Amino acid sequence: MDKIATNQKEVKLDYLLNESKREKHFITGSEAVKEAIKRANVDVAVAYPITPQSESMHLVGDLYAGGYVKDYYRGENELGVMSAVAGASMGGVRAFTATGGPGTLRAMEMFPTWAGSRLPIVCSFLTRGINSPLTIQPDTIEMSFLLDTGMLMFHAENSQDLFDMILSAFTIAEEPDVYLPIGVFADGFFTTHTREIIEIPQEDIKLAPYNPYISPVPAMDMETPPVRQMRDPFVLKSNFISYAAHASWQQEVHAAKERSIKHINKHLGGMLEIENEDAEIMTVTSGTAVSQSRDAVKRAKEEGLDVGLVKIKTIRPFPYEDIRKIVKKAKKILVPEFNITGWLAKEIRASVEENHKIIGAPRVFGGMTMPPELILDEIRRACK
Amino acid sequence: MEQKNYQVLPGPESYLPPAAASQGIVLPEKGEGLIEGRICGEEETMATIAKKLLNAVNPTFFPGPLLLWAWKDGVIEKAELLKELADVVGAKIIPMPDYRPKYPKINPEEEINPNHPNLTIWHNKIDACIFIGVHCHYANMGLKLIRGGTNCYTIALCGEYGHEDANITLRDVNLDTMRKLIEVVKEEKKNMALKEGGNLNG
Repeated sequence: MDKIATNQKEVKLDYLLNESKREKHFITGSEAVKEAIKRANVDVAVAYPITPQSESMHLVGDLYAGGYVKDYYRGENELGVMSAVAGASMGGVRAFTATGGPGTLRAMEMFPTWAGSRLPIVCSFLTRGINSPLTIQPDTIEMSFLLDTGMLMFHAENSQDLFDMILSAFTIAEEPDVYLPIGVFADGFFTTHTREIIEIPQEDIKLAPYNPYISPVPAMDMETPPVRQMRDPFVLKSNFISYAAHASWQQEVHAAKERSIKHINKHLGGMLEIENEDAEIMTVTSGTAVSQSRDAVKRAKEEGLDVGLVKIKTIRPFPYEDIRKIVKKAKKILVPEFNITGWLAKEIRASVEENHKIIGAPRVFGGMTMPPELILDEIRRACK
Repeated sequence: MEQKNYQVLPGPESYLPPAAASQGIVLPEKGEGLIEGRICGEEETMATIAKKLLNAVNPTFFPGPLLLWAWKDGVIEKAELLKELADVVGAKIIPMPDYRPKYPKINPEEEINPNHPNLTIWHNKIDACIFIGVHCHYANMGLKLIRGGTNCYTIALCGEYGHEDANITLRDVNLDTMRKLIEVVKEEKKNMALKEGGNLNG
């Protein structure tokens, strides 16, 4: 047991992220996950290895050994892990896990279950390609499968985002008007295995403990009335009112997503960031594609091209209103992505009237990198 | 799809009414309330609650599990204040003891359930109600169902952030809020009596 673990002071998220003194560390994304969890006052973490996530939950295991996490074990597979954290969360404790790629798909049934049960679980998805043929390489395709699970989805550009977003996620998820699971996504390898300088607060502070008694559904601790613990299924009844109750239940889950926007604005500084918002050509993207786009946009500006950049931080809730305004002003919108289907371009096209302005390019997948020159070429083409 | 200027009015609204949050209705900040989807000050909200309750034919309060069990300090006092409010209003109390669906065997004279609240409301011809001590998820779920299929006017007194799906909601409702609301209702009752008296004399 680390001495620091027993003496960590409990603080609010605002203090932890904005007021405490931060120090620079040269670490990987996996290590950033560990540093976030060290300060997150997590009760239960359950692990199951899958590349490129394995190292992050291994490091969380080290935190358990050090006394920073109260309970930790390896589940039998991803479905088992996601079920276990659901049980822990339903029991009224703060739960964390991580997965990626095929692990995400193996556990798929549990994500809408988390949302429907109003469980404020935080899960880090360190993304990779989906088989077959077998790949362990970076790809964001799994995010498209999670768009309509009811979970909130944050997409980190880099390790700094990953650290800040994981800590913010606990606080946002546990707001009484939200109570939804949050997936914090980072592009596998590009973020998890790359070392970069990130600024993190001192290790002797942590988030205040989880309070299950403000939950919009009863916790399963035999103390909070009613002691009946299951979210009662309506499937046992076949009549209009049972179906209407189920519909109302689902609406409430999605309503909670709307309510999260206020808290996201407060803690993440908004659902997106814009650079040069009046530009004719806008590059709109998320994750590490933002970093490559930033480089390309800088070089395009040096060539005298009128180009801007939008970094989407939250995929769910999606910043529909802001995107509509951006598309209305711009002549063309480029959407660089690391997946074959172009789910982000589809999402943007579906939310605007002038969808002919959306160019779903450049797009790479299967583990390919996206050199900034590729984006720069698209910007030049769009400017012609 | 979000509608502009959506109002959270009593129903029956539709086959499947939307969640008010999906229509752009946002929860009040501290010191505020919501009246039919419109952000208002706490005092205006309380005054409107008083009018709605006192003008109802059969106002009924629905205390949920968070008020029916003495699970933390202050709950007994809050329950006593709700009883006092009911006495001032002349309202009935029908509890929501748990959240298990009980269709079709619920006794609507004895209890209400968030999964089929319409049965209790229809059976008792309730035209105004208060939700209090109901876990927020179940409250919103039940409030939408009431809006969808009944004409009952819904008021949610919430210990947390409030409920967009109620016709009127107050947030952060604690013992002081309850005492204040009782006074506002007493005052309104007095005003109504004076008005009635004035009409008679005039």
